[in-house]
Amino acid sequence: MEEIAPSYDLVVLGTGLTECILSGVASVKGAKVLHMDRNDHYGGASASVNLETLFKAYPNSYTPGTEPWKKYGRPNDWNIDLVPKLLMSNGELTNILVSTDVTRYIEFRQVAGSYVQQGQGSRATVAKVPSDAGEALRSPLMGLFEKRRARNFLNWVAAFDEANPSTHNGMNLTQATMRQVYDKFGLEATTRDFVGHSMALYTTDDYIDNRGMAKNCVERIRLYVNSMARYGKSPYIYPLYGLGELPQGFARLSAIYGGTYMLNTNVDEIKYGADGKVEGIKATMKERGEAGEGFKFETKCKKIIADPSYFPDKVQVVGHMLKAICILNHPIDKTDNSDSLQLIIPQSQVGRKHDIYIAMVSSAHNVCPKGYYIAIVSTVAETSANHHLELQPGLERLGKIEEQFMGPPIPLYGPKAGGEADNVFLSKSYDASSHFETMTDDVRDMYRRAEGQELVVEGLKDGQNLVAEE
Amino acid sequence: MAARMQQGGRPGGGGARFAQFKLVLLGESAVGKSSLVLRFVKDQFDDYRESTIGAAFLTQTIALDEQTTVKFEIWDTAGQERYKSLAPMYYRNANCAVVVYDITQASSLDKAKSWVKELQRQANENIVICLAGNKLDLVTEQPDKRAVTTADAEAYAQEANLLFFETSAKTSENVKELFTAIARKLPIEQASQGRGARGAAGRPGGVDLGSRQEPGAQGGASGCNC
Repeated sequence: MEEIAPSYDLVVLGTGLTECILSGVASVKGAKVLHMDRNDHYGGASASVNLETLFKAYPNSYTPGTEPWKKYGRPNDWNIDLVPKLLMSNGELTNILVSTDVTRYIEFRQVAGSYVQQGQGSRATVAKVPSDAGEALRSPLMGLFEKRRARNFLNWVAAFDEANPSTHNGMNLTQATMRQVYDKFGLEATTRDFVGHSMALYTTDDYIDNRGMAKNCVERIRLYVNSMARYGKSPYIYPLYGLGELPQGFARLSAIYGGTYMLNTNVDEIKYGADGKVEGIKATMKERGEAGEGFKFETKCKKIIADPSYFPDKVQVVGHMLKAICILNHPIDKTDNSDSLQLIIPQSQVGRKHDIYIAMVSSAHNVCPKGYYIAIVSTVAETSANHHLELQPGLERLGKIEEQFMGPPIPLYGPKAGGEADNVFLSKSYDASSHFETMTDDVRDMYRRAEGQELVVEGLKDGQNLVAEE
Repeated sequence: MAARMQQGGRPGGGGARFAQFKLVLLGESAVGKSSLVLRFVKDQFDDYRESTIGAAFLTQTIALDEQTTVKFEIWDTAGQERYKSLAPMYYRNANCAVVVYDITQASSLDKAKSWVKELQRQANENIVICLAGNKLDLVTEQPDKRAVTTADAEAYAQEANLLFFETSAKTSENVKELFTAIARKLPIEQASQGRGARGAAGRPGGVDLGSRQEPGAQGGASGCNC
């Protein structure tokens, strides 16, 4: 085995998307990066796995000794995401992908539809989320007069320009609550629901009375509308072969700029100096089933970036997420036979505090064989028992389910400290939101903590071109 | 990223054919993977090239005949093979592979064989694989440096159904020949009938996020292209 360098600027632990983006950025900027993962695959908590691996990750989903995955074709034709998220086509992750040229390694395809549920049980209606004023007028979600009010509201959002007070409609958004804004346009409760939850993508109603949140809400709606306008069918795009391609793409970027990659590598010890700052790391690379001690090494480093699982003592639980991965052999009812979609069940419609999300993809994105659909139902856990009941409204929406994979509530972690004291900078777990905007916020936040400056991805690679690229 | 085909001329007629294929490089460190590609793409060689800081994304076009052009989209390992950490993305939709060993290092052929196995496990089943015994220049100068006989490697290549060349990235011997031989084995006709997967923007619902404007890229913002 080739020797490891005696020192690195940055050691990254875990190959989740957050870590891989930061590793890629650091390498492009010239840092000497050593990136490792204890697993034998890339992606950590944001990996996509094949069907056999998925069954084995949920031992309760099948009888030991049987091989239920065999009836679903080749396991490797399945790429099942562990986090249910989609990319906003005008969002920050798209911006980072384009700025770093990682788009060269990954193909994207539109998600066919964005839906919202009104009501519950047998009386529930499911409708496309209107994406602009024109669609609002055609939407079955609202009555005639409400449609006009919604159109006025969406026209105002589209025209809003912070620098131009004449577009503010007499409101100061940095002071106003969103309730005041809704009141001003006279929007009904059901309209507020789909605007706040399926366009602004808030998972709870906390935003409504939060002073100063109105501006944030307007920005979120604009992100939704602009993302929608980019390709037309929905505001979302999704990578062929699953979300697991994303960390791999950024890892490749990092490697191309000199980053060293080691999978199957366990951390044995983190060394700290007298000042409490990290100084180095001892680790062992050993493939599963490989005989002997493995390849042991030690190296110095100035900083560590890691996902929460590598530093259990330095993180705390900030919430719990519930998730059921379901395999269907039919599209979801009332969704125009969409091959992929997001469907949001706003909390108020089903008597909850947090929305229930359904993210569905299919063979159209090369994540499963033809004829199958992978739907992930998720929400934030609100009770301490009977969690499957919390997901029930979402599971009902799916119709007949071939296989369902659900475990106990998934703890979400966040770092206890910023990391400046020990130079160990930790990411947050992937949260229950349906897109990557909070993940990219975390990337920016970590970069700020670790580097003491803002991350600017635009123009990142300019002047950094290696061996002529075309 | 798989075979992309554009057909010039009249549909169904005998017009010019153009197909694009993804080619991946594999082999032990320091056998000359990047050097082979650099020779092929830029016709350059650097004796003291450091181990791969990667060729991010190289392409090269070969005209097989007056009618047929094949474009290789070449993926370098970017060093991720060094600690057995190549991502599945690397093999994904690869149409062809060059597995390189160093004819002066017997162990590098063993490594090449394990890469061939890995390709058969991970890549498309109809992938075209070429075995390349590199550093031919070293044994031309000093025949006693040879550690792998041509006959041995050839026998293995035949048995595993691989194309085979001994090459020198330094002198360029057999480099063009190797890539041409691969191009001739690729299913250009099939791609021309639309059977190969198309690029993202060509799929229904596919989106082209567009890449960043390359500084000095052809057809850039500056200047008039009319």
